[in-house]
Amino acid sequence: MLTIADKIFNSRLFTGTGKFSSSILMEEALLASGSELVTVALKRVDIKNNDQDDLLNRLKYQHINLLPNTSGVRNAKEAVFAAQLAREALETNWIKLEIHPDPKYLMPDPIETLKATEELAKLGFIVLPYIHADPVLCKRLEDAGTSAVMPLGSPIGSNKGLKTIDFLEIIISQSNVPVIVDAGIGSPSDAAWAMEIGADAVLVNTAIAVSGNPVQMAKAFKMAVEAGRLAFEAKLALPVTHAVASSPLISFLDE
Amino acid sequence: MNNFSDIFNTYNWDETKAGIYAKTGQDVERALAASKRTLEDFKALVSPAAAPYLEQMAAISQQLTQKRFGKVIQMYVPLYLSNECKNICTYCGFSYDNKVKRKTLLPMEIMQEVSVIKAMGYDHVLLVTGEDNETVHVDYFKKVLDLIRPHFAHISMEVQPLDLEDYLQLTPYGLNTVLVYQETYHQEDYKKHHPKGKKSNFRYRLETPDRLGQAGIHKMGLGILIGLEDWRTDCFFTALHLNYLEKNYWQTKYSLSFPRLRPFSGGLEPKVEMSDRELVQLICAYRIFNEEVELSMSTRESENFRNNIVKLGITNISAGSKTNPGGYAVEPESLEQFEISDERSPEQIAQVIRSQGYEPVWKDWDNSLAQ
Repeated sequence: MLTIADKIFNSRLFTGTGKFSSSILMEEALLASGSELVTVALKRVDIKNNDQDDLLNRLKYQHINLLPNTSGVRNAKEAVFAAQLAREALETNWIKLEIHPDPKYLMPDPIETLKATEELAKLGFIVLPYIHADPVLCKRLEDAGTSAVMPLGSPIGSNKGLKTIDFLEIIISQSNVPVIVDAGIGSPSDAAWAMEIGADAVLVNTAIAVSGNPVQMAKAFKMAVEAGRLAFEAKLALPVTHAVASSPLISFLDE
Repeated sequence: MNNFSDIFNTYNWDETKAGIYAKTGQDVERALAASKRTLEDFKALVSPAAAPYLEQMAAISQQLTQKRFGKVIQMYVPLYLSNECKNICTYCGFSYDNKVKRKTLLPMEIMQEVSVIKAMGYDHVLLVTGEDNETVHVDYFKKVLDLIRPHFAHISMEVQPLDLEDYLQLTPYGLNTVLVYQETYHQEDYKKHHPKGKKSNFRYRLETPDRLGQAGIHKMGLGILIGLEDWRTDCFFTALHLNYLEKNYWQTKYSLSFPRLRPFSGGLEPKVEMSDRELVQLICAYRIFNEEVELSMSTRESENFRNNIVKLGITNISAGSKTNPGGYAVEPESLEQFEISDERSPEQIAQVIRSQGYEPVWKDWDNSLAQ
């Protein structure tokens, strides 16, 4: 079981709500995924009349926690404002911090993200920042009071898998907060791999929403995340690249 | 300060055109196989040599669009505020020499139009005017933005090009996006089609996107009017412009439009015809060239074309549009900019989108996010 701040999660698969061909299909896929933390772009929902919002109404399940995200904001000031809007409208102090001033590749801004995390943590938010796979930034975010870190596997929406694997491993090895691999996970095997190296959870959206059968793909990701976690807990046998024969290099020691 | 003119001036129209028409099937195949496409690849994709590869281009375009944008189409609608105009443009219903009664909406009238648009379900609106700096100026825009801002999540503007200082003044009023179409990058032809008025200044228009970028606008839209000149060459210059802007104003989002010349009262026949097949080629070429750019489709196109284009690369569509000020409620018979071709209601279009396996999205921004 995974604990982030005050919440306990049975599922280590977090999901998103964008890109689905219909909100009904989204609902079915999210249910099939078993996900208990679902991120929603604030810009996409009707904040003022959120009771009437179709997307939000399809997420009203006991086991589903909403994770509003700040997608679209360009700096810390806008992000803090958006988080406060979300807290008021959706009655949650959880916030997925997404500050990408670059609308082409949607790369997260480390400077503004650190600033916003500091401020939001002081305001009592549970902050989950989306960041580049930067180990030093992760430690700085810990100091700033973050509740988890969400490094990217590869560019968001790219389905390219874990291109940042070496940095993810460093982040995982030294983190004191949960590490959630966010962005770039394209297939269940990528998700399993992230879990095998010890990620606490993964967040998957595009790879489910844009697949040929989102409900079945959601189920596949659920199984992959469970398998990867089990494997991590069971401790993987290390790969052996070459056979170990007699040791000519140190045989002199026995002479 | 950077300026696109400096780059543009190093190109020659005729040479560029010849380069496009010299592309071969082999060039097209190379462009399709590449993982990142260059401007030379774009030339191949819009060239006549790409025609036999259209089915393959459509498949790639669909896949890239779904990966980036998902299976959703954003809905927007134009709100024409004024048809007063001091420019003469040979192709436009609002042209100064078109001696028809003119109208600029008053605040009360704007609100009447807004209530009809809201009832249709819209949350994203595009404000449109002609160019008359005595009546439709920055102060007028400020008033309008102030008035409608509480009612829309996203506001775009397609009005005359403005100075940098004007754009800087308007963004705090909730202006998110500005569309400014070059119409044609062919300088001599541009002069022919814009003989009088401020719009006849080719360079001022060409440098407008630079001013928008410097003003830090969230999104800007580019395009040419298809039918004035060779579309392949004009669209190459659009792609060149886009490439330049993305590199220089990296915090701005971009969208492209591809309006084909439509009939209007007393109007011009297109010099260059573009077939439906060629328009599909262009849309796919834009997408394959740039995976992130938004591609926007208006009601200029026919029902059948619009039904089928949903899956091929576009990201935004309008429906139920009126192209005259007061067209929704106040004065349905006022002078329109052009005749629309698809007259179906927003709900009917939403149904078409759903039947194609896509979700119509009415809100994908929130004015409160930009401070």
